[in-house]
Amino acid sequence: MKVRIKIVLKDSVLDPQGQAIQMSLKNQGFSGVNSVRQGKIIDIDLEGNSLEKSRKQIEHMCESLLINPQIETFTIQEKD
Amino acid sequence: MNIGVVIFPGSNCDRDLYRAFQTFSPNKVEFLWHKNPELPKGIDVCAIPGGFSFGDYLRTGAIASRSPIIKAIIEFAHAGGFVLGICNGFQILCECGLLPGALIRNQSTQFICRDQELIICHKDPLFTNLYDKNQKVSFPIAHHDGNYFVDTETHKVLIENDQIAFRYQGKNPNGSVDNIAGIYSHNHRILGLMPHPERRVDPEIGGNDGALFFKSICDGVSN
Repeated sequence: MKVRIKIVLKDSVLDPQGQAIQMSLKNQGFSGVNSVRQGKIIDIDLEGNSLEKSRKQIEHMCESLLINPQIETFTIQEKD
Repeated sequence: MNIGVVIFPGSNCDRDLYRAFQTFSPNKVEFLWHKNPELPKGIDVCAIPGGFSFGDYLRTGAIASRSPIIKAIIEFAHAGGFVLGICNGFQILCECGLLPGALIRNQSTQFICRDQELIICHKDPLFTNLYDKNQKVSFPIAHHDGNYFVDTETHKVLIENDQIAFRYQGKNPNGSVDNIAGIYSHNHRILGLMPHPERRVDPEIGGNDGALFFKSICDGVSN
């Protein structure tokens, strides 16, 4: 089973990289970009075939290493 | 007094830190390898140096903060041991939960490497005893992720409990909350800071504003 974990900074945390991307888009002439937030994706190939059965384990992985709960949040989805 | 300086793959300030302690204390300083699951007996201060542990992969300090020696340092800290983390060491201490908050990308998104004036915000009986409160010092900063973030509630606690160790003087170099450059744990036995006092212990290479920092620690623990 392939699982995709999307990690983003919490809304309350400043994202300087997102701001730099937004500025660059603006400088290249793209208008109407109100905000950009940059995150990261971690793909895991995991034994088993039920996301629901593995969800607890994946959440535990996220909380114990993959994210910093003070600044980040995550979502889990099965990858096609 | 015994001081342990931890080495991770990618640490690069370990020898400077070792030398700074050795210069100001005749006591024993030793290197500690990151895979050690326990600390040698008799260690008084554990110091985590700057660098790019594990290549800054995932998040700065994230992988180092889950290493065997950090588990031992957490136990050591919970038993009242003194812990110091400089730059990447500060990031590791935040990542492992010994200090509140997190170090995120500099507001400018640039790596910054230059001298920085700081204010000593708290005269600590161990770490900054030989400085005056509000004294200005100049230490180098060299980081990409030194932007200290902490939520509003915890920030209030840091102020109330006098846990802010150093603030940047003048223009904030990285966007950190409240110009914070370094903080103490609740019991003031753990200190993390982004600037590098170990690079200011010799007048021949840039100044010695950091000398009193190491002398304070060595004198403090010996007494």
